[in-house]
This record gives sequence, structure tokens and C-alpha cells, in this order.
Amino acid sequence: MDAKLKETILNPLWKGNPISVLVLGICSSLAVTVELKGACVMALSVTIVTALSSLVCSLIRKTIPNRVRIIIQLVVVALMVILVDQVLKAFAYGVGKQLSVYIGLIITNCIVMGRIEAFALGNKPVASFLDGLFNGLGYGIILIVVGFFRELLGSGTLFGFDVLNRFGYVNNGLVILPPMALIFLGCLIWIQRAISKDLQEK
Amino acid sequence: MEYLSLFVKSIFVDNMIFAYFLGMCSYLAVSKNVKTANGLGIAVILVLLITLPINYLLNKYVLSPGALSWLGDNFAGVDLSFLSFIVFIAVIAGIVQVVEMVVEKFMPSLYSSLGIFLPLIAVNCAILGGSLFMQQREFVNVGESAVYALGSGIGWYLAIVALAAIREKLSYSNVPAPLKGLGITFFTVGLMGMAFMAFMGISL
Repeated sequence: MDAKLKETILNPLWKGNPISVLVLGICSSLAVTVELKGACVMALSVTIVTALSSLVCSLIRKTIPNRVRIIIQLVVVALMVILVDQVLKAFAYGVGKQLSVYIGLIITNCIVMGRIEAFALGNKPVASFLDGLFNGLGYGIILIVVGFFRELLGSGTLFGFDVLNRFGYVNNGLVILPPMALIFLGCLIWIQRAISKDLQEK
Repeated sequence: MEYLSLFVKSIFVDNMIFAYFLGMCSYLAVSKNVKTANGLGIAVILVLLITLPINYLLNKYVLSPGALSWLGDNFAGVDLSFLSFIVFIAVIAGIVQVVEMVVEKFMPSLYSSLGIFLPLIAVNCAILGGSLFMQQREFVNVGESAVYALGSGIGWYLAIVALAAIREKLSYSNVPAPLKGLGITFFTVGLMGMAFMAFMGISL
């Protein structure tokens, strides 16, 4: 495995994490983290969409005219999102309903467009696919961590199974309200930047 | 009266930022000073106000199940709702291009103050999110969708200008090094969101 490939894989997971460092795709990451299940499905969907649309855009990168590239990228991404949405409607209707508009909003998720613009348009298909895949995973990790703590502290459950309530834990209703998602993400960023000092802003 | 209630609700209770986190990326990236935040906020109101009624009409007469029945009985059973993502985003991207050209031609000063933000609005989640919520809520006529668009646009505008003002002041305070910049902004937005939750349950 050469160094460049390793960089492609490892960078999105920590140093160039799409959410906590590049600040891309925050919208959906905050709204779907009330429950761990929704967070996992969303992480999976975004990973699939990012990987596949990076692959497709990289395959056709030499034929895309520069001026209309944004619209072409949007169409490719929208196509992938429609596929994911239809699959969810067919096989996981409940979760899809719960994620509601946020599945559709993957289209405008900055991670997808950002990776296509920054990487897929200038690199070979396989590298672009991996780049999309691991950026999706870097996004997914944050989602799952936030979802884990919010479900655990907010409802005392994990994946709907009772974990804390049996020990007499009283649910903290504040944690499942929207503003706490921001606070949790802020804490994650705090921890990450306390560990990696070179990520700190001046 | 219903319009007024919908308007106030979409500004404060269903605020795009604090209740649904729509358009967060540009919200965090562009809120470093009040002037640019102002420009982006106005652009968002403008584009929402134009795209939402158009998408409403498309949804009502083309996309939703049975919407094509005005073409004749053969089309009454057609359900094109799976196409709505691609149609909405195409409309938004197209309108943004047109708005950009019009503003450039007739309002050059506004154009120069909006600068790069106008084309970027095509990929702002708040715009597509507005259309998708409109589809979910089943408004009864175009007026309601336009009022909803105006209200949520103003809500977004309020949120970004308020955050920009706070961040301008915040740059003088002594924040712990790992929290500088992004971290403290998240906490600020979280606290603002809690304040906005006080509006919950308002109805006129």
C-alpha cells in the first residue's frame, strides 16, 4: 500500500474529518442523532452516496464541461440519493420515515459535493471511490458517537433496548432536544482539538 | 389570520436553524462578520421566496400521486413522487442561475455585496429543505407556501445575523485554545437554540 493511498484512507477519519475539521455536512449530522438507529442508517446512506457519486463523477470527469459541472454533479448525486431513498422505503420504511427530509437533503450535503469537487474531478476512479467511502465513514463515526450518547442519556436506551433505566436512571429530556446536538458536537471538537494541538485555530 | 400564524411559526417555532439545522454549513462558515451574514441572509430569503412556490406548483400539478389527472383520466394513477428530489434540485439550481444573472444586470451593488454566496445557495440545504418540508406539510394553496418561504427565510436571516453579531464580540474574549473558532461557535448556537425553544407552542 503506497503512502498516498494510506493518506486517502486515514486522513478523513481524524485529521481531515469532514464534520469536526472541515465543517461539512453539519445539517443532517445534527438532526438525525436523536437515536442510534437513525444515526447508523444515515451514516450508511451518506457513505454509499458519497462513494458511488465520487466513482461516477470520476469516471465521467473528462467529459464534463467545466461551466456546467455543478449541475451535472447535482444530477449524479440526486440519482444516487433517489436510489437510497427507494431502497429505504422498500426495506426499512420506519427508519426512512423517521429520517424524513434528511435523506433527501443528502443531495445538498456538502460532503458529497465537496469530495467530488476537491478529489473526484482530478483523480482516478478507484482512488475517488475510496476517498468518498472513507469520508463517508469519517462522517459516520461522528454521527454514531453523538447518536450513542444522545440516545443513552436522553432515553436510557441503545438501539431501543433498555440500558440505563433498569438502574433507576431518570431520562434527561433536554438531551433529545435539538440544541443539545450542537453542544455534544462542540464537546467532540473540543476533545479532538485538545488531543491534536495542530488542529487548533489561532 | 392563518397566514399570520404560519408566518410567525415558521420564523420562531420551526426556525430552520435552531429546530431543523438546515443550511448549517454556510451558516457556520459565513457568520464571521455581520456584513457578509447580512448579504447571505438576504440571498436566502430571496431564493426561498422564488423557488418554494414554483416547487409547490410542480409538486401539486406534476409530481404528487394523481397530480397529472388534469391531463386526462389515463394519467390519474401516475405517481411521480420518486422524481421529486431531482426536479426540486434542478429547479433550485436553475432559478439560482437566473436570479444571479438578473441581480447582476439590474442591481450591481447588491450583486457585488452578495458575491460568491449567490451561486453557492444552490447547494444550501435550507433551500432544498424548505421545498421538502413543503411537500411533507401539504399546504392548501400557493399563498401558504409563499408565506412559509418568507417566514423561514426571515428566520434563517435572523439566526445568521444574530450569530455573526455574537461572533464579532466573541473574538475579543479569552476562549480556551481547543475551543477557539469552531468549538465555541457550536456552543453559542446551542445556547441560542435553547433560547429559541422558549417560543415553542406559540400560536396566534
